[in-house]
Amino acid sequence: MSLRGAAYIAGAWEHPTRKAPDKSIALLHAECAKGALADAGLTKDDVDGYFCAGDAPGGLGPLSMVDYMNLKCRHVDSTDVGGSSYQVAVGHAMEAIAAGRCNVALITLSGRPRSEGQATGTAPRPGNPAAPEMQFEFPYGPATANLYGMCAARHMHEYGTTSEQLAWIKVAASHHAQHNPNAMLRDVVTVEDVVNSPMVSTPLHRLDCCVISDGGGALILTKPEIAKSLKRPLVKVIGVGESPKHQAGGEIDLTYSAARWSGPPAWEMAGIKPSDIKYASIYDSFTITVLMQLEDLGFCEKGQGGKFVSDGNLISGVGKLPFNTDGGGLCSNHPANRGGITKIIEAVRQLRGEAHPAVQVANCDLAIAHGTGGALGTRHCGSTVILERE
Amino acid sequence: MAYVARKIPFVGTPDTYPETKPFFDGAADGKLMVRRCTSCKKVHHYPRQLCPFCFGDCAWEQASGKAKIYTISIMERANPPYAIGYVTLAEGPSVLTNFVDCDFKALKIGQDVKVTFIKAEGEGPTLPFFTPA
Repeated sequence: MSLRGAAYIAGAWEHPTRKAPDKSIALLHAECAKGALADAGLTKDDVDGYFCAGDAPGGLGPLSMVDYMNLKCRHVDSTDVGGSSYQVAVGHAMEAIAAGRCNVALITLSGRPRSEGQATGTAPRPGNPAAPEMQFEFPYGPATANLYGMCAARHMHEYGTTSEQLAWIKVAASHHAQHNPNAMLRDVVTVEDVVNSPMVSTPLHRLDCCVISDGGGALILTKPEIAKSLKRPLVKVIGVGESPKHQAGGEIDLTYSAARWSGPPAWEMAGIKPSDIKYASIYDSFTITVLMQLEDLGFCEKGQGGKFVSDGNLISGVGKLPFNTDGGGLCSNHPANRGGITKIIEAVRQLRGEAHPAVQVANCDLAIAHGTGGALGTRHCGSTVILERE
Repeated sequence: MAYVARKIPFVGTPDTYPETKPFFDGAADGKLMVRRCTSCKKVHHYPRQLCPFCFGDCAWEQASGKAKIYTISIMERANPPYAIGYVTLAEGPSVLTNFVDCDFKALKIGQDVKVTFIKAEGEGPTLPFFTPA
């Protein structure tokens, strides 16, 4: 049985904060839940399924947050694959709804790494040596920035990709962010600005990196009958895919991402192809993340990503594939160091016709929201969601 | 950009798990130890008792220490900067490492490198690193 269309995104809400030292992480989750329910026209008591990931406080998956929000659920899921968890949650919620396990699924993400002063991208994070890779990786200083830098270096080596081409991705994001009053970085930047910004970890400069922000977001998924009873534009989930990629026992290839595996089942379920997509939310922890995912999702041939993103091709109203029209993680928001949910929220805005008028894509009826969680240089998960305005 | 030694952190001890202790014991003797599957004969990394290719049992052996740079990223934001990368061992697998005793900017993907050993700080073990051959 195909799951195509088994669920609709009825509510989507992004927290406007980018710095929240005065709020607990639990409160941020609850504010996002409240916002998404109000957006959908539903109430807390309608929720019977709750989905979260590792950013939910408490350490026992959904338990602390269902307690805090006083939810009565008959289905919960806390699959944690970093920033890609929320695309995965959309797929899992759709499965649960199709199976009759819940009717109204709430997905939340929140965090405040900015207020907590995390050196998110540049400090290796020690962990429990029970993680089997820990003693063979941590001594060498793997930090988010260099784990993506290694991928960029190899991509440049194999395909001739340049820093200037990567910079175009940031340039496009900045063109969009200027219209988002909540975005952290609203100044339009040039290719020269990006390649002349300080080097973080070769070949990635400061402006190749996403922002570090507090905030969050939430989604409401529901079954078709309920979605059609509500007053919001109908956004149907027509394709989902998820797949982890890792070091494969040492047979590594850093030139592609897990999108190569999560994309095909999503395209097949949706029954469409990349050229049908009007708007793309693409996970943008770094510029290289975007470039590799665009290739791996089939928007261009492998190795041609640099050419594809150049000359404003990702800028709404200018190029062929408008991407991350809220400014994305590169300029607007990367709450809890996890950008998956904001990718879905902006795709919903576009499909509803509720994006900022300056970046709204005309006749936007098909959109993709792709997430990457973990680290491209070691282990990560790719998760793909394809949405249709009905 | 010249190499400046940095403190090498380590989580746990080399004795944390018997499964991997021979790797650290070998490094203390100046040997890069890898595991080869007794069934499919392939070498993998990081070392596991059960082969990640076929779940066969694995035996330890000393690797040649010869490798080529697969990729590299110079962490310029760190103090001191360090060069992290993967090297592909002559025996097959690619392993995460740092490049030492060299000019970071002169390192090239595909370049031949060889193993060398540095002790981690505190109670940490001696670990393999790579330097131009």
